Amino acid sequence: MEWAGLLTYGVFFVTVAGIYAVLTLGLNVQFGFTGQINIGIAGFFAVGAYTSAILTTAASDHHLGGFGLPFPIGVAGAMVASALVAVVIGWVTMRLRTDYLAIATIGIAEIIRLALKNEEWLTNGVRGVPAIPRPFSETLEFDTLAGLAGLLPDPLEATVLEVLSGPLGAAVLEVLSGPLVSLVVVLVFLALAWWMVERARVSPWGRVLRAIRENEDGVRAAGKDVVRCRLQAFVLGSAIMGMAGALYANFVGFISPEAFLPLYGTFLVWVMLIAGGAGNNTGALVGAFVIWLLWSATQFLTDALGAEYATQAGALRVLLIGVLLQVILILRPQGLVPENGRKGRH
Amino acid sequence: MLMDFLQVGLYGVVLGSILTLGAIGVSLIYGILRFAHFAHGDLMALGAYFALSLVVGLGFPVWASAPFAIVAAALAAIAIDQIVYRRLRRVEPVILLISSFGIAIALRSIIQLVWGPHNQVYVKGIQMPWRVGDLIVKPDHVWIVLGAVVLVIALHLFLTRTKTGKAMRAMSDNMDLALVSGIPAERVIMATWAVGGGLAAVAGIFLAMDTRLHPVMGWSVLLPVFAAAILGGIGRPYGAIAGGMVIGMAMELSTMIIDPTYKPAVAFGLMVLMLIVRPQGLFKGNA
Repeated sequence: MEWAGLLTYGVFFVTVAGIYAVLTLGLNVQFGFTGQINIGIAGFFAVGAYTSAILTTAASDHHLGGFGLPFPIGVAGAMVASALVAVVIGWVTMRLRTDYLAIATIGIAEIIRLALKNEEWLTNGVRGVPAIPRPFSETLEFDTLAGLAGLLPDPLEATVLEVLSGPLGAAVLEVLSGPLVSLVVVLVFLALAWWMVERARVSPWGRVLRAIRENEDGVRAAGKDVVRCRLQAFVLGSAIMGMAGALYANFVGFISPEAFLPLYGTFLVWVMLIAGGAGNNTGALVGAFVIWLLWSATQFLTDALGAEYATQAGALRVLLIGVLLQVILILRPQGLVPENGRKGRH
Repeated sequence: MLMDFLQVGLYGVVLGSILTLGAIGVSLIYGILRFAHFAHGDLMALGAYFALSLVVGLGFPVWASAPFAIVAAALAAIAIDQIVYRRLRRVEPVILLISSFGIAIALRSIIQLVWGPHNQVYVKGIQMPWRVGDLIVKPDHVWIVLGAVVLVIALHLFLTRTKTGKAMRAMSDNMDLALVSGIPAERVIMATWAVGGGLAAVAGIFLAMDTRLHPVMGWSVLLPVFAAAILGGIGRPYGAIAGGMVIGMAMELSTMIIDPTYKPAVAFGLMVLMLIVRPQGLFKGNA
């Protein structure tokens, strides 16, 4: 029993860490490669989550849609929606210093949060969107498997159906349609995000981005369209954040504006990227898992203090992570896994 | 209709005064240290809570606790700079920006730890408003606007008449020239944090008088404060006054037409408009 509990927790832990890793990869394209500062990660994350939720839920009177579309379309829609928001913000700020982008992203994240809370026709307001289907759970239901068994030769089909209807079959179905599927789905999309971002990094385009980060005037002198490349990087990063939002919505099954406070969506992701090593995709992954492990570990601190001090303990956890960020920035700015060719301060 | 307009305009002046005091600090810090200080809103909140300690703990009236809060917030700003930002100054300014975002989150959790997560007010009960014709004027509003005017004049005198103030303007205008001419950079930077932190404390206290104290009060006002600083031309403290008033007015007047919850969106919209047509701001800042 204890092992089962531990296993469930382990699956949950890796799933959430995987979603954070996708966010961190998105930020790596923006900050790590190009030097852009996005303080509105929570906003892009929320746009992705709500877009996917509206696309994949069954029809409802409480919010726009739902359109009951399959999960992959939800993910695609989430990426497109986040990318569109990024195009608008990027178009205004790409010509300016990155400080302006940072301020503008704070603004857009705040406005997205206000809109999620107030536009009830769209998002059901503070009550949130419930009953978001888990990805591919329907494909693993009894009927589908029984249908697949129908393809088998007769005697085998009978045996499979017998096993499926029995207690063993029920247990297998329970695990398959449960958290394990979500874990696999998240890991597959994490691999996809990693592949996109790593390809971008080693491509000539990725080199231009890093060159912009290091010496903008030099790149301009070399005849590259700095504004255009920057905008592309910002949009790609934001689309990946939108993908993370879709994964989150369909994994948790319920979303409300409370889930998209700047603290979780934005701050933790920044700490993850800086701790792991900005500019290095492996670093981004390592950072996401290490910081999520640390953050989860401090949860035990909260439990140890008891419910009486729950709010104080919560604040203390955040304070510790805030201090950790400063310590990393001062003592090891290159992160755990530094970008190639970078040592010490940059 | 006209009376409504005047009444809402009055609220706009009050909000504008608060934003101005915050935006001046942001602008000064940007001018000298070249980074957008994202912890400024939470520094405002910290100042407001310092005053709350004196009001609740020692029974001080708000106005009497303000000077202590100003000094405490100025010291806190200098301490943060010395412990954290100073060590990061040699690297790119973007790292300072990220660091200040972390400081913002840390300050907010300190506020929650020390003063609790709930809404609080300095003085309980309803203040009797004055009636001027059909206008309703709360005494607090008068103090806020007067306080802001006095502080802005004091800041003007400081920047134009004192050696430190002139050195600040020189560093903001041309850093290299200022350093070559022997201005003690570290001392001027400390003075900048003291002025910025002190003004932030007042802005926070005024904001708390106008609304209430809450740990996220600073973060939620950060966007309008930056909008004001950008509108006026970031790095230009005088521009921040104009920017603060325009943003404050626009935010309050907009409530006559749109849902008041979208007030921050109005600030954001104006800022975006400014970034499109004139990114250097009204007063030609260091864009």
